[in-house]
Amino acid sequence: MATRDSIGRTIDYQVVLIYLLLMLWGWITIYSASYDFDSSSIFSLDISSGRQLMWIGISLLAGGVLMFIDTKTFYNLADLVYFLIIILLCVTIVIAPDTKGSRSWLYIGSFALQPAEFAKFATALALAKYVDKSGYTPGNIRRNFFSWAIILLPVMLIFLQKETGSALVFLSLFFVLYREGMPGTLLLVAVLAIVDFILAVKFGEEMLWNFTGRGLFYVLLLTQIIFIVLLFVENPREGTIWRKVALVHAGVLALGAVVNKFLWQFNLCYVQIALLLLSVLLVLFLHVKKGLRKVLLTVAMVLGSIAFLYGVSYIFEKVLQPHQRVRIEVLLGMIDDPSGAGYNVNQAKISIGSGGFFGKGYLQGTQTKLKYVPEQDTDFIFCTVGEEFGFLGCTILIGLYVYLLIRLIQMAERQRSRFVQVYGYCVVSVLFFHILVNIGMVLGIMPVIGIPLPCFSYGGSSLLGFTILLSIFLKLDAERFKYN
Amino acid sequence: MRVDSSFENRRGVILAIILGVALLFVIRLAVLQLFSDEYDQYADSNARLKVTITPERGVLYDRNGKVMAYNSAYYDVMVTIREMKNFDTITFCRCLDITPDYFVKRMKDIRNRKLNPGYSTYTPQVFMTQLTMQQSGPLQESLYRLPGCSIRERSLRSYSRPVAAHALGYVGEVDKKDIERDNYYVAGDMSGRSGVEKMYERQLRGQKGVHYFLRDVHGRVKGSYENGILDQEAIPGKDLTLSLDLDLQEYAEKLMANKRGAIVAIEPSTGEILAYVSSPTYDPALLVGNASSSNYATLQRSEDKVFLNRPIQSFYPPGSTFKPLQGLILLQEQIVTPQTSVGCSQGYVFGSQKMGCHSHPSPLSLVPAISTSCNAWFASGYRSMIDAKKYKTPANALDVWNSHAYSFGYGHKLGVDIAFEASGSLPTTAYYNKVYGKGSWKGATIISNSIGQGEILATPMQIANLCATIANRGWYRIPHLVKGIEGDEIDTAFTNIHYTTVGAEHFPCIVEGMHGAVTNPIGTSKGVAIPGIEVCGKTGTAQNSHGDDHSIFMCFAPMDEPRIAMVVFIENGGFGATWAVPMASLILEKYLKGFIDPSRHPIEERLENANLMQ
Repeated sequence: MATRDSIGRTIDYQVVLIYLLLMLWGWITIYSASYDFDSSSIFSLDISSGRQLMWIGISLLAGGVLMFIDTKTFYNLADLVYFLIIILLCVTIVIAPDTKGSRSWLYIGSFALQPAEFAKFATALALAKYVDKSGYTPGNIRRNFFSWAIILLPVMLIFLQKETGSALVFLSLFFVLYREGMPGTLLLVAVLAIVDFILAVKFGEEMLWNFTGRGLFYVLLLTQIIFIVLLFVENPREGTIWRKVALVHAGVLALGAVVNKFLWQFNLCYVQIALLLLSVLLVLFLHVKKGLRKVLLTVAMVLGSIAFLYGVSYIFEKVLQPHQRVRIEVLLGMIDDPSGAGYNVNQAKISIGSGGFFGKGYLQGTQTKLKYVPEQDTDFIFCTVGEEFGFLGCTILIGLYVYLLIRLIQMAERQRSRFVQVYGYCVVSVLFFHILVNIGMVLGIMPVIGIPLPCFSYGGSSLLGFTILLSIFLKLDAERFKYN
Repeated sequence: MRVDSSFENRRGVILAIILGVALLFVIRLAVLQLFSDEYDQYADSNARLKVTITPERGVLYDRNGKVMAYNSAYYDVMVTIREMKNFDTITFCRCLDITPDYFVKRMKDIRNRKLNPGYSTYTPQVFMTQLTMQQSGPLQESLYRLPGCSIRERSLRSYSRPVAAHALGYVGEVDKKDIERDNYYVAGDMSGRSGVEKMYERQLRGQKGVHYFLRDVHGRVKGSYENGILDQEAIPGKDLTLSLDLDLQEYAEKLMANKRGAIVAIEPSTGEILAYVSSPTYDPALLVGNASSSNYATLQRSEDKVFLNRPIQSFYPPGSTFKPLQGLILLQEQIVTPQTSVGCSQGYVFGSQKMGCHSHPSPLSLVPAISTSCNAWFASGYRSMIDAKKYKTPANALDVWNSHAYSFGYGHKLGVDIAFEASGSLPTTAYYNKVYGKGSWKGATIISNSIGQGEILATPMQIANLCATIANRGWYRIPHLVKGIEGDEIDTAFTNIHYTTVGAEHFPCIVEGMHGAVTNPIGTSKGVAIPGIEVCGKTGTAQNSHGDDHSIFMCFAPMDEPRIAMVVFIENGGFGATWAVPMASLILEKYLKGFIDPSRHPIEERLENANLMQ
């Protein structure tokens, strides 16, 4: 049983300090963002800074309480907490009122809570426990399936609440699985999928030579190139054969392009698909005796790509909400709409850009103050930092986050228990994803996905959720020597 | 379970990704914040509300300091929809004297973005415009009960008397061309559209001021920008003193009622225009405010050509008013002497043709020839000049003749300070060469010019200026309407003396002839005579192919040290003596004596009531 003295001696003060700094900076920035000319005090509960202070109090209290819970409890209750949260997420879908299109808020009196925020630590605990108990082994499909399911269940439920941003956060937990041995190619495939998606969507409507979809053509071209590169990399000994394959691909494609341009127009994508499929058959034929293991990845990549390609347009047209579609289109520069969907990002860029090196000074920002930037105390709070504290302030803030992440990774790596290590990486992944998407979105290099800046943005559920997430890790780390 | 250390190297990959993203962010920040200043400018135009302060337009006074045009405050009722909570509609309607139905309709129109493109629930929207002080009074008092309702003041032209519309011109909204020409203006600004208002726009408009405010995304003002250090106060426009005599102007307009024509009266010594009448005229107040555009359209459509600025825009053959000038040129060119005597047997015979004349004693020398307006004398003189050997060709002679006439202000714009002046016309040798062929015309061909008919065209202003020049015995100052600008000098163009090419020594006998026209029993202008004042005059008739001739009369008085030179031009006025001469007489009397002798009231009444416009 931990005592007050022992936690005081063993807790990681660097993380605590950064956490408190972020919270304090966030608080004064929220005041600035919601500051009005006839403004009330920073403590007034009428404005968000006052309410945030209250949430800071609640969070510190919750964090404090967690320090006195026996570390074994976290391990033991992980499944139950996860189960209860899943139930809560399900209930929320049904009973939550419609708030700006999303059904993710529960109201208890005047308190509004977002269960999705608490699902983060619950999922992290459950995943950590599962990996710890089962010993994550990359090749084992059944175990993979369960660990994936733990991650994807809340994703699905939160998607159903129409909170796309929060749902995507959970996908960051695959990062943890990567650290624990999931093949790196899977991450690569994920990156490839994103690139394919962007190409397919961005050029989805355009046509090359009337019959060939430009998006489809590019994705297939990319697939052909990667396919051939993979052939060379994975089976260098058969280089002469692959060289012929490459030549055939290039030759047929060039011929097809010329015919399309000058003679007769047809859909070149079918030629590409035919080329890829024939090449796959050739590869399979050549390796049927030597064992297919060596070319499995290459073949899967090709088939996956083609399947994905046709999935994208379906997802884009049918699954995504219209406003999400527009946001992606704006980000990809497909539509230019500074006063519509692009408005937020445009105004965000204007406020940050007007900050200069030193910024306009605290409470001196005009863009954020005059409410040009929407959601400036929540998702777009980084704008206020950019406008009032300038390049210097932004760099310091990013530096703080990077330091926090590095410190957390160090802490995770020093664990003897796999449970704590995996949990630590979950904290890192969730925080990193939030920072990446939030700041990236404000800077105009990520689509507008509404998720808060950790421990900084206005929002009680978010702050409390992150506090619990961090506190549990701090507690687990503080007692790493006792814990087995 | 213990940690599995087989994938420890992946920590490096994860660290690299995090640091890579952080680096990307910092680079992106540097691009936005350090290497691009376009966002700065966006931010300023975003948040800085520039409110233009329109200065008061300069006031127009008459020559005696009486106000002619001034500014009065009008009030627009504004509503800010978002603030209209607990709005007392009944009180609002009662204050404005409107029905609740009208209120509902107006509110609907305001919300209609098609009718009101600038609609916002956060900013004041126009509900009613241009209420007078009396109309807006009740609302002002009840404003505290009407949240969201505000009153915006604006200033518009008012006129002390409904006169001198053509001289003053009017003020209207600037058009696209004005904005392109002068970046001082923005859409919705007002500027002088004609008359003095247009010519003196730069002096009258003053200098706009600007106040900068911070505004939020909804357009609400949130305080002064940078504590107002960039603010500039408006500089009011300069007041102008016009040369017009308001009382004389009003009197002249009264006499001209229901007649088409023009009156221009000039103070010869200064060139200042004392009265400037273009008839039919209109009340300048019609072109102010809400109804101005519909009134403008109505006036524009009227058959009377109300907007024709007759004194400077209409031009006619000057007829016999041209004879004094003809005489001066002939004297200067030594074609005739005052003693040259020409016989006239009811006309002038040249070749097989005859130019008619009315009956008068014959033969006549120059002075009685002017008094009786003898056609033969001037036809003979003109023909002698054009055909004179000393010029070698008629073309040369006409050139000399034209240059003299030109020096009197004929054939070109005088350069008066009233917009859209016409230039009249003097037929050139090139013109006659074209019409008749080079060398195949001579004095007899163009003989009509001798008596002011033919191709010579002059505006009433040019005729008035001729009269002033004769009154001055040989020089003039360009006629002008503005004699003083607050804190400034008037343009030297209006103070410089223009000498004619005719020597001063030739003027007395012309003046004597014009005096004789009034005093001599055989004179044509006897009706202008005013007891106790030496008046000089000359009638003229401009032939009109469409109906009765236009009657012209020019006169000045007193003969020595003249104070007023004037032309009265009445379209379809027939013989000058009927309308133009007595009208001029009354105006002279009014100006020189200040009142009309009771014995002449019947004439006054006859003129006022005459309607020549049917």
